Amino acid sequence: MTSSPSVATSPETTVSELQRIASQVRRDIVRQVHGCQSGHPGGSLGCADYFTALYFHVLRHDPAKWDMDGKDQDLFFLSNGHISPVWYSVLARSGYFPVKELATFRKINSRLQGIPTTHEGLPGVRMASGSLGQGLSVGIGAALAKKLNGDDKLVFTLHGDGELQEGQIWEAAMYAAGNKVDNLISTVDYNGRQIDGDVDDVLPLGDLKAKWLAFGWDVLETNGNDMDALLKTFATAKSRTGKGKPVMILMRTEMGQGVDFMMNSHAWHGIAPNDEQRASALSQLEETLGDY
Amino acid sequence: MSSYPILDQKDTRSGFGAGLLELGRSNPNVVGLCADLTGSLKMDAFQKEFPERFFQVGIAEANMMGIAAGMTIGGKIPFTGTFANFSTGRVYDQIRQSIAYAGKNVKICASHAGLTLGEDGATHQILEDIGLMRMLPGMTVIVPCDHNQTRQATIAIAAHEGPVYLRFGRPKWPVFIPNELPFEIGKAQRLIEGTDVSLFACGHLVWRTLQAAEELKKNGVSAEVINVHTIKPLDVDAVLASVGKTGCVVTCEEHNRYGGLGDAIAQALATHKPAPQEYVAVNDSFGESGTPDQLLQKYGLDVPDIVNAVGRVMKRK
Repeated sequence: MTSSPSVATSPETTVSELQRIASQVRRDIVRQVHGCQSGHPGGSLGCADYFTALYFHVLRHDPAKWDMDGKDQDLFFLSNGHISPVWYSVLARSGYFPVKELATFRKINSRLQGIPTTHEGLPGVRMASGSLGQGLSVGIGAALAKKLNGDDKLVFTLHGDGELQEGQIWEAAMYAAGNKVDNLISTVDYNGRQIDGDVDDVLPLGDLKAKWLAFGWDVLETNGNDMDALLKTFATAKSRTGKGKPVMILMRTEMGQGVDFMMNSHAWHGIAPNDEQRASALSQLEETLGDY
Repeated sequence: MSSYPILDQKDTRSGFGAGLLELGRSNPNVVGLCADLTGSLKMDAFQKEFPERFFQVGIAEANMMGIAAGMTIGGKIPFTGTFANFSTGRVYDQIRQSIAYAGKNVKICASHAGLTLGEDGATHQILEDIGLMRMLPGMTVIVPCDHNQTRQATIAIAAHEGPVYLRFGRPKWPVFIPNELPFEIGKAQRLIEGTDVSLFACGHLVWRTLQAAEELKKNGVSAEVINVHTIKPLDVDAVLASVGKTGCVVTCEEHNRYGGLGDAIAQALATHKPAPQEYVAVNDSFGESGTPDQLLQKYGLDVPDIVNAVGRVMKRK
């Protein structure tokens, strides 16, 4: 096992550089989930481009100066905590903790719990999540605290589309618009799948764009597996903050993106690849930064 | 008469409101959140004086708990206000994950707890909240006994780092704790010294227990009355010191007999020094509509119930 130095973040990071980082992030996901034979590879792979863009291009953050309050830093909250492998990868690769620690994912005495938590003191994680539907409220709270503190940085949140079936999301949606929480950029991972099958079969979300618009949000749509489109959408989203409305990005992704046999199905939502499947998956993903 | 004369008749929720207002003036990080019960929680004075630090969230308690948890990130000290039922049972999972497990510095302030809520009846008279909150790792659980102590407790919890459940109530109730009596989280208060039986009480029933001690005195029974305003962490030393002297216990609480003060005391005794114990608590039922006095009488939480429990427990010594 080799360890690699973490990658510095830079606002100038190019699309091709980000794509190379995302390839390594996907390798990290497959290897973490294989290493403990549990976890959620599908949604993690689908969101690898989002997380890479966020942590290596969009966020104004300083991993070396991490603390819980995060004053004068952009903050991120993962509401659908089960896609932890992708978050852990970008946190490690951007310098929040040693990359080799990814090998401890979901194992006993690890800071990398199955679902992220503050309990073990892992740098970069500011909230326990996983019981779905709670992260938007938390993000609103952090955004309100920033306003009270005169802090002009932003709060980002990510949610699953299935997660929108939780009622608390809509309580929070109503609050954020009604109270002009306009330093908040939320994203829905709109992959159309959840554990039991397609979202449309389990409990249809209806016209999601119309719903968020009706709740008073500024709504953008993007392809979450197209790095160029993602960067443009993030830039647009940031330009829409501070204008009296919270911003929602409806981000179309493919669950399992980057690993052919994990795509186009909900089957890989929450199962781990065996040795053969791991080899097949890794053969499709270039090792760009050195495996942990 | 009692060594604790009635100083006034005030509701404990007004003690919370007074304490919150004082905190607003002394600590700029204190913020208030309320789910459409600002008047009922007596948060209106804080709202009026500090509108920029008061957050009306509407009838959306789950969202309120999440927002409160998020506001701690950035150094705020959020005080959430709603009825005890909506502060606990309705939002247990939000408290569990986003506040307790995440270790957030949120103060969950709950009014209208217990039977003394009165006429609204059982849907609102939560009798399980102490148990729910006690079970959460790291949660401090405080049930002050009168207006003055609720004010003191409100101020004290702002200086305590970590999640707190503060439980108080609706009706006007005797005020008997002098403002000079110091309040310390986790330190039980011996209000009356005695030798025959230890009476541990919290909340509204502390006053009933003081009355019971007066009755018992007439019958030649020397009852020690201890106000256990902090149920978690429990002042085990105070419990053991008292019971070591008296040898038997009655616990008095406006809560189901399962999970509350009585169980906390029983667990401490069973672990360290078993002693006969009787519970004055609601006997595993829901409440109903009525006046506070009628309900305490009907559900066995009144002065004669405490006196009778003492009679039973002393025979078991």
